Amino acid sequence: MIYKNHKQKIELIKSGKISLKQNVADFLLNIKKNEHLNAFNFVFEDSASEVDLIERKIKTGKHGKLAGMVIAVKDVISIKSKPLTCSSNILIGFEAVYNATVVEKLLQENAILIGKTNCDEFAMGSSNENSAFGKVLNPVNNDYVPGGSSGGSAAAVAANLCDAALGTDTGGSIRQPAAFCGVYGLKPTYGRVSRYGLTAFASSFDTIGPFAKNIDDIALILETISGNDNFDSTFVNSEIHSFSEKISSERKFKIGLPKEYFSDGLDDEIRKIIFEHVEILKNAGNEVTEISLPHTEFAIATYYILTTAEASANLSRFDGAHYGLRSKNASNIDEMYKFSRTEGFGEEVKRRIMLGTYVLSSGYYDAYYKKAQKVRSLIKSDFDNAFKEVDIILTPTTPTAAFKIGEKSENPLEMYLSDIYTTSANLAGIPAINVPIGFNKIGLPIGMQLLSKQFDELSLLQLANILSTN
Amino acid sequence: MPVNREIVKHIAKLSKLSLTDFEEEKFTLELNKILEYMEKLNSIKTDNIETMSYPVDGFNVFREDEIVNSIDREAALKNAPQRTDEFFKVPKIL
Repeated sequence: MIYKNHKQKIELIKSGKISLKQNVADFLLNIKKNEHLNAFNFVFEDSASEVDLIERKIKTGKHGKLAGMVIAVKDVISIKSKPLTCSSNILIGFEAVYNATVVEKLLQENAILIGKTNCDEFAMGSSNENSAFGKVLNPVNNDYVPGGSSGGSAAAVAANLCDAALGTDTGGSIRQPAAFCGVYGLKPTYGRVSRYGLTAFASSFDTIGPFAKNIDDIALILETISGNDNFDSTFVNSEIHSFSEKISSERKFKIGLPKEYFSDGLDDEIRKIIFEHVEILKNAGNEVTEISLPHTEFAIATYYILTTAEASANLSRFDGAHYGLRSKNASNIDEMYKFSRTEGFGEEVKRRIMLGTYVLSSGYYDAYYKKAQKVRSLIKSDFDNAFKEVDIILTPTTPTAAFKIGEKSENPLEMYLSDIYTTSANLAGIPAINVPIGFNKIGLPIGMQLLSKQFDELSLLQLANILSTN
Repeated sequence: MPVNREIVKHIAKLSKLSLTDFEEEKFTLELNKILEYMEKLNSIKTDNIETMSYPVDGFNVFREDEIVNSIDREAALKNAPQRTDEFFKVPKIL
């Protein structure tokens, strides 16, 4: 890419040094050349049709913030009159009838939507191997997974198939693939970005956020997609900072390293590279202390009880009656429900519906679901207490770099445990970002996670910016 | 063992899924492994701890009781597997 961020891209278009039309054509060509990555479920060949108008707007200075930014959208988010499949056979052929709020906001600022990215079915997975469209390959090394569930979005950004992408993060589905593919990925505070038009997986956890190769564009997209929406009742009316203008700061941060995130199970190379970056931050005048988040080891169990429970309820809407796949083998209404769901859902989705139905069922509700809701309170209190002492918590994003395709697909529990450092942010509703910080010996990317208190994305962006300029 | 084959059958029925013998067997093994892992939560005392449903404070959202446009009937029926005129069509219920 000949521009380092979107601001520069707009300047280059304005001065005629690059043509937006050519830029979009280049992306479409690059998508074609990289079809083997399988990053896209649908490519919008007609993206070029709005380009002339947007290019003219840029040249006359009457353009939106994201004018000409080429963005890919995870295929769990509605774009009017385009397919919406959630990478599931149960939604093959479904066409969205309205725009998600985030899509509406991107279009208002003159972004160009180039396609819908592949993901794990209904955003359930950590490797992008559970998709009706087939697995996505990691562009850095094709033998490895790109992470999941927003694997297509991360791969598309890493492979220069678009300027930026939207993903969703219920337990790490933006940050983990961002770490595995070596790009930035931000999960906003729960309630900052409207979920209207996002297919629900676990409604008290789901968030929508951006992927990009530079921190300025992350800030720009975040401020665009944040903001009021009458269609999401869990939306919290918070201040929207002009993140992109406030990102460079002289501020010195108090940073906490939770000892539970650096214990056994963390890859040695990741530990080493993270501590090199901790030194950089210390040398830049930031204060670093060790802290404790005592309930960390319970996060995965709590997360999978609560999210499967919510998923089993949310996915009951797929019944073959109003939309989506209807089994041709059904002769009565009950068979219509049962056969349509059985034929339409993939194995991991069925596993989670079963697990969620079990923990909500009579006799087990208190022992699992209610218990987990209480532990969720404790996990959130850990963070509340920590943020009385520090501004930012710094951790690895993942315990290992990307794993090989097929390595964990036969062992669901082991796959769940790969989310060990990311689910806590969703349990507590706090924002978190993956910052790409280097590569291991075999050339796979390594990511570092920064977390802050609810609605303090600004601190994350400012600290990530310090790292990108040092 | 938290679940046996009978419980898995019952859960599949509640979930409106039909499982093959092989899947029943596989899910029994897998769900047991996952649920056994989840039992680690029992080592924490939570007697006086409140349950948490949402990570941010909820509040009521009000609006004026005015009629506003929603999606029209044709759009709503666009993705219907089967329809007659302006209705969704499903197999006979009674």
